[in-house]
Amino acid sequence: MVKINFKTQDNQIITAEESKGSVMELARDNNVKGIDGDCGGVCSCATCHVYISPEDVDKFPVASEIEKDMLEFEDNTTEFSRLACQLEISESIDGITLTVAN
Amino acid sequence: MKEEKICVVIGASHAGVNCAFALRREGWLGTIIIYDQDPETPYHRPPLSKSFLTTDNSVDQHLLMSLESYSKENIELRLGTTVTGINRKVKSIALNDGSKQTYDKLVLATGARALVPHIEGIENSKRIFYMRTAQDAFNIRKACQLSVSKRVVIIGGGYIGLESAASLRQLGAEVTVLERDHRLLSRVTAPEMSDYFLRLHTDKGIVIGLSKNVSAINTYVGYDSVICADGTQYHADMIVVGVGVTVNTSIAEKAGLQINNGISVDNRTQTSDEHIYAIGDCTNHFNAHYNKNIRLESVQNAVDQAKVAAKNICEQESCYDAIPWFWSDQYDVKLQMVGLSSGYTEALLRAEENDKASFSVWYFKEEELLAVDAVNSPKAYVLGSKFIKGHMKINKTILTNSDIPLRPSELIKKDSKTT
Repeated sequence: MVKINFKTQDNQIITAEESKGSVMELARDNNVKGIDGDCGGVCSCATCHVYISPEDVDKFPVASEIEKDMLEFEDNTTEFSRLACQLEISESIDGITLTVAN
Repeated sequence: MKEEKICVVIGASHAGVNCAFALRREGWLGTIIIYDQDPETPYHRPPLSKSFLTTDNSVDQHLLMSLESYSKENIELRLGTTVTGINRKVKSIALNDGSKQTYDKLVLATGARALVPHIEGIENSKRIFYMRTAQDAFNIRKACQLSVSKRVVIIGGGYIGLESAASLRQLGAEVTVLERDHRLLSRVTAPEMSDYFLRLHTDKGIVIGLSKNVSAINTYVGYDSVICADGTQYHADMIVVGVGVTVNTSIAEKAGLQINNGISVDNRTQTSDEHIYAIGDCTNHFNAHYNKNIRLESVQNAVDQAKVAAKNICEQESCYDAIPWFWSDQYDVKLQMVGLSSGYTEALLRAEENDKASFSVWYFKEEELLAVDAVNSPKAYVLGSKFIKGHMKINKTILTNSDIPLRPSELIKKDSKTT
């Protein structure tokens, strides 16, 4: 099992465990505030915006053009922004903390 | 001791399920029960006409929430159960098994069902399919797989019709789309978009018949014949009907709630009964941005109204104020739409200089940007959303110049805000 911590905008920390699927699905299934995943994970809505800690950035493959384009003009986008629906759960991200952007 | 309060939600699709989970997030401590006649664990509907058709996926791959999350949040799911009526006086609902359930707060998320058009012979055919539920999509997939000649006629050239056409074509079907209007997607987009989707589907080998008003369906041994008012006929092994929806308002109407092309709600999603809320496709609501009453068939509206309802039920004042957005995937084309284009006076085409067919159509009413349809152009979609929300004035000359990249600094006029 891979453990992921979600830090919400109201400073709640929710820890969730899963071995497969996307980070968005995990957050959604654990009722993490600020992660909606309205489009079901097809990179169409940007309602699953998270920040990765600087030291964890390299643990994920780089964003696709579509994901970059969706994020470029989003509110609160930083160089650490990602869409959680595009982040796959794997052993390499065990224990990381993601901050929910909205 | 005070008894625990009960919130009953009727309808377990995007609106109902999201409302139940939002209620927990907002601090509802009482019972939450969701009813739906659909026996499946609640699922995402948009993939049904898309990836659900083209893969062997089961509903489990498209769940709105995992089954465990319902028990984790103590949300009771009563699936395969039909609600037959509401007794507002005693605050209870009646179920098809004859039992009753009381409520303190009731949320109607009854949605809509596929519209059955008046076409002679439609009720006699065994080859008619609709696209609304997982079972519908499963039936279409199975029928297409089993059919040898796979001749599919799709009645309706809207999103459901075109998405189904693209998916069935990918399954090797010989697909004909019959649209009553003189162009595709006529109810929702500009002619430029209609032309693009006409070319896209034609290039993929789909036959598109425009201005085709289907008047009759004749059933023969081995096939159906779809007959149009102009005399043309199409043989079909399967007929998929996608001509819009009928809103599920009957239990609300019988209970005496105010109905006006959907269940009337205020901007807090409350109906004419203070203990009853309504959300999603079934509602007629006021959109503050466009200053008019609308009914929307969309995931965005379902989810956003669900959150507003949950807050108000938990006694936190919240008003619905959202810009509608939609998406559609056909083949590898990504279409994203934001805003409502109706009433536009000008539609401007913006093409992108890149290797993909990326472009967007920007709908204006004089200087006010109303809506953007973006094809393979997420930037146009995101920027359009921002500009619409902020009532920004756009420099139209720069917008239509592909040599200048899409950037807020270039596009927004200095003296912005149209109102």
